[in-house]
Amino acid sequence: MSILDKHKILETNATLLLIFSFLVVTIGGIVQIAPLFWLENTIEDVEGMRPYTPLELTGREVYIREGCYLCHSQMIRPMRDEVERYGHYSLAAESKYDHPFQWGSKRTGPDLARVGGRYSDEWHVDHLRDPQSVVPESIMPKYGFLEKRKIDGKYVGDLLAANAFVGVPYTEEMIENAQADFAAQADPEKDYDGLLERYGDKVSVRDFDGHKGVSEMDALVAYLQMLGTLVDFSTFTPDASR
Amino acid sequence: MSDKPELQEGDPNTTGHVWDGIQEFDNPMPRWWLWCLYACIVWGIGYSIAYPAWPGIKSATAGVLGYSTRGEVAADIAAAEQANAAINAKLASVDLAAIATDGDLKTYATSAGSAVFKTWCVQCHGAGAAGAKGYPNLLDNDWLWGGDVEAIHFTITHGVRNDESDDARYAEMPAFGRDELLEDVEIDQVVNYVQSLSGDAQNAALVDAGAIVFEDNCASCHAEDGTGDRDQGAPNLTDAIWLFGGDYDTIKETVINSRFGVMPNWNTRLTEAEIRAVTTYVHGLGGGE
Repeated sequence: MSILDKHKILETNATLLLIFSFLVVTIGGIVQIAPLFWLENTIEDVEGMRPYTPLELTGREVYIREGCYLCHSQMIRPMRDEVERYGHYSLAAESKYDHPFQWGSKRTGPDLARVGGRYSDEWHVDHLRDPQSVVPESIMPKYGFLEKRKIDGKYVGDLLAANAFVGVPYTEEMIENAQADFAAQADPEKDYDGLLERYGDKVSVRDFDGHKGVSEMDALVAYLQMLGTLVDFSTFTPDASR
Repeated sequence: MSDKPELQEGDPNTTGHVWDGIQEFDNPMPRWWLWCLYACIVWGIGYSIAYPAWPGIKSATAGVLGYSTRGEVAADIAAAEQANAAINAKLASVDLAAIATDGDLKTYATSAGSAVFKTWCVQCHGAGAAGAKGYPNLLDNDWLWGGDVEAIHFTITHGVRNDESDDARYAEMPAFGRDELLEDVEIDQVVNYVQSLSGDAQNAALVDAGAIVFEDNCASCHAEDGTGDRDQGAPNLTDAIWLFGGDYDTIKETVINSRFGVMPNWNTRLTEAEIRAVTTYVHGLGGGE
């Protein structure tokens, strides 16, 4: 009973109780959370991951601004029903350049982790403009105004720099050329060789919304169309024991 | 309160705390509660031995059962595939036309195809396959690229106007207005003529002039009588079934800027058995030829 008797010291001393509570929570945190940062089987390196292009990153900002994550998750859980509906389950590495990640916690709409390439650009534009025109039972709001909001990417270099600051491997060159890359991806008539050189040949260069100039619609569709497409699961097999 | 007697020597133990004369019993925990606690502790130890649990320097303990979530989902999917392996193999290998004549195979293909359709196709073609503006209705008898089993199978496999499949169905109507192939007045005439093929023209006076414009510019794909050509994906303009709309403004928009509907190729996302299943389903919706 001696230890329990000493417990009275804690119970009658608020500051001491606070310090010891904090100590207990800290130990719990160290055991549960900290190992994830060094255990080899929680850190999976996969082929194909690249940082977002400036246009995609801008689209991601639109996605976050409009609160898409409130209804759409971006995390396919490893369960048969999800894999059959949405595609291969998500890997942690697939959101390694996401700051913040968009896993979400609620699916009023479907998961978007692998929506890239699943529909045409026209479908995305039609659907964002008036979701009920293609999916009558949908309760998604209309986002047609995105088409009218032209953007010039004036600050996209700063956006890349901010992401680089928190660990995304954007090079100096990428940051310097951000605005040019931003404009080139939405216009196949521009010179986009530099864009492909910096971000890889698989980057899609198209006029995503079908209108001249770069609108927020272009950026959002560019982002949606690359979601979940970077890892090639025909050549990459995840380790089953992770 | 004061009429309750004070606790006496020999009464149940108290904690010794006294606040305003209120004392607190120091009874032991109920026995059942204690046993539950001990059982939980034993369970916890057993669980952390059986399943992945304790972190080490480089890896965590794997657990004696060798469980992993990824292993479990792989096993679940393998079990489902195993259960249907025989019939899927048959579905993928038989002659396309033979599916409809084999009762069991057709039943299986239709219900499996319904599941595929609801997962991959409804977003454009609608939950009931009635389509939407720009996305074809699959229930009616009007087909852009053909409505027999082979044609549907080819369209689903390779898609329409996409960049992914080299065999994708491809046709592109010229943008007569945007690219200045026709004068505004000619466009006005031909739109009225096209309207007259299946209904009433907005301005009947322009129809005759429109017929000449049509013959010179449109008939090579849409045929001289406007009934279209499936080999080129040129829609029939005489049946009053419209993909984008048959009112004056919509037809005019189509003539000026043309249309470019895209369908993805599904051969990289679905298995051959799944493609054949959804082909059977779509063919059976009502319009199949």
